[in-house]
Amino acid sequence: MKSLQELEAIRNKTLNEIHMRNDRTEGIRIVVGMATCGIAAGARQVLNALVDEVKKRNLSQVTVAQTGCIGMCRLEPIVEVYMPGEEKVTYVKMSPEKVARVISEHIVNKKAIKEFTVGSAEQQDKEERE
Amino acid sequence: MNLVRSHVLVCGGTGCTSSGCEKLIKEFDVQLAKAGIDKEVKVVKTGCFGLCALGPIVIVYPEGAFYSMVKEENIEEIVNEHLLKGRIVTHLLYDESVHEGEEIKPLNEIDFYKKQMRIALRNCGVIDPENIDEYIAFDGYKALGKVLTEMTPEEVIAVVKESSLRGRGGAGFPTALKWEFAAKQPKGQKFVCCNADEGDPGAFMDRSILEGDPHCVIEAMTIAAYAIGSNQGYIYIRAEYPIAVNRLQKAINQAKEYGLLGDNIFGTDFSFDLEIRLGAGAFVCGEETALMTSIEGYRGEPRPRPPFPAVKGLWGVPTILNNVETYANIPQIILNGAEWFKGIGTEKSKGTKVFALGGKIHNTGLVEVPMGTTLREIVEEIGGGIPDGKKFKAAQTGGPSGGCIPTSLIDTPIDYDSLTKIGAMMGSGGLIVMDEDSCMVDIAKFFLEFTVDESCGKCAPCRIGTKRMLEILEKITSGNGTVEDIENLKDLANTIKSSALCGLGQTAPNPILSTLKYFEDEYMAHVVEKRCPAGACKDLLSYVIIADKCKGCTICAKNCPVNAISGEVKKPFVIDQDTCIKCGVCEGKCPFKAIVRQ
Ligand SMILES: Cc1cc2nc3c(=O)[nH]c(=O)nc-3n(C[C@H](O)[C@H](O)[C@H](O)COP(=O)(O)O)c2cc1C
Repeated sequence: MKSLQELEAIRNKTLNEIHMRNDRTEGIRIVVGMATCGIAAGARQVLNALVDEVKKRNLSQVTVAQTGCIGMCRLEPIVEVYMPGEEKVTYVKMSPEKVARVISEHIVNKKAIKEFTVGSAEQQDKEERE
Repeated sequence: MNLVRSHVLVCGGTGCTSSGCEKLIKEFDVQLAKAGIDKEVKVVKTGCFGLCALGPIVIVYPEGAFYSMVKEENIEEIVNEHLLKGRIVTHLLYDESVHEGEEIKPLNEIDFYKKQMRIALRNCGVIDPENIDEYIAFDGYKALGKVLTEMTPEEVIAVVKESSLRGRGGAGFPTALKWEFAAKQPKGQKFVCCNADEGDPGAFMDRSILEGDPHCVIEAMTIAAYAIGSNQGYIYIRAEYPIAVNRLQKAINQAKEYGLLGDNIFGTDFSFDLEIRLGAGAFVCGEETALMTSIEGYRGEPRPRPPFPAVKGLWGVPTILNNVETYANIPQIILNGAEWFKGIGTEKSKGTKVFALGGKIHNTGLVEVPMGTTLREIVEEIGGGIPDGKKFKAAQTGGPSGGCIPTSLIDTPIDYDSLTKIGAMMGSGGLIVMDEDSCMVDIAKFFLEFTVDESCGKCAPCRIGTKRMLEILEKITSGNGTVEDIENLKDLANTIKSSALCGLGQTAPNPILSTLKYFEDEYMAHVVEKRCPAGACKDLLSYVIIADKCKGCTICAKNCPVNAISGEVKKPFVIDQDTCIKCGVCEGKCPFKAIVRQ
């Protein structure tokens, strides 16, 4: 170890891998529904894409977690975003491609993507039925 | 790029190792591979989480799900349900960690952790102790970097002094003063030592720190070496701690590989090396002068002080010796500043203290609390109270050198001075809880048996005196004591206290003096009435059948292993006291509660 920079480099690299062990009460939480319905619809790929993207961008305040069935199986894969102090945003029919946008627009730039949300999906359903 | 999305932390402390954590890790590997998610989930063996009574413990992140008493056959379910499908296996969780609505609580809201504050244990159960990178990720070696590149040795000592850190090994001596004495000695060979002997029966604070976070001790010793001008250190640890020794050696090797030990650390002209010295596990070798004598290769016996080790220590040169937990605080003090540390604790005892909670208590394990936390908070809130609806009687702190705290003083804040004032002591952190079934004379006898065994024999007051005290205690507990014996015991205790060579002998009478102080009536009951009020001293105990309650059902007589009970069916039975061996079987079997201990 010849310099503080060297130490800092190891720190940053490893922190990315293990920050999820920090307390769950702070920071942004992204939760993926991983019940059978979700997995069948491709939730695992979505989960992996999220983990990948968060890591690539060094977003150490973000944790990606999984949960069971969220209850709207036909809209799977479902991803929920919890930002401190804000209402939960639920994204439906997610794909690895959509993940990149959610991370850059919502997580980084703090602007939720309306067209991916459950609200907009239900609206669409209604229009189709009419 | 690997896509690890979940970490499974399995406690690998000594407690959980003996309850089978190795098997769990193997089973996780098997099941994760079977589910095809072994690349996404990482299994990490950590140090102690503290809640040893519920081991083996497994925590799954990022959810922070706290599984307790996990068995090999539970792993498949955890993998398939939780890790594969995201459904936390609620029935395997630690009860306390689940809200009523089945939501799980964050760890720091669980009663056991709520009142705790982890400084010395901050990384225990969080990082993989065998991976230096994980230590570095949580700010490891940053304090050392700061010290070597930005601070002078005097400034380091000034920060430690300002923080008011006191030794955690028992005596509570101000750490900075020791460092300052050693630093002021003329330049030349000096040594930095770490006391990891931990001889108190029931104590395992230091072991857990070394098992869970060995690098923090290495980092702190290196900082201390810079402060006093030393280039060589020794960690003295008992060979009875194989897991700690092994992890410590791995940690030293990794630190050397990274150049965090060795020559020109961080590109400066400061060099420091560290070696482990194994002790054979004698209590006296925890005493500082005996410890150094043992490192030198001689029989571990103490010598008179002065000269103090800071002036003349290991191989006759200036040496500082600190306890493991004392060192574990140092990097945090450097990083967060003296003001931060001073903000925690009481006026004269700053920071936190780790306790090994044991005896008659629900949550046996390891806890770290701010100084000034009351005994009641530790026992009732963190410890979860006394099992089986029994009543708290006393707590013993400081092990064989310490004393008892009775119920009337349960609201005493735990800090160095409050404990000394009531005749107990902080000690190194053993905290044994006793309930109404514990006999205080018997407790004193237990500790005296320990000191008699462990006395090194060099000085007469300790070698002969402790033996005589033990003999008197044996006489009292066997029902042959007299009031005069109690007076003699007091006399002897005070004489030994003031005349023994080292701390072992000087403090050996404490368990007797403090139980006499708060429970003299119990001693009197033994000698005057030949009765043990707690019903623990077998020789003073008799089982009798209350004739009014006995229905003559014969169950007791059938179960008595020595045929001491006789009588006529449907008439009251009697126990022949000469034959009875006081095993207590009859008391448990009687359906009418007609048999009592007296
Ligand atoms: C009989 C006896 C046993 C001791 N055992 C230990 C021990 O196991 N660990 C320890 O740190 N200090 C022990 N001490 C205290 C040490 O002598 C010394 O005060 C301490 O290691 C200094 O470190 P500190 O200032 O950081 O507490 C013992 C003292 C005596 C008299």
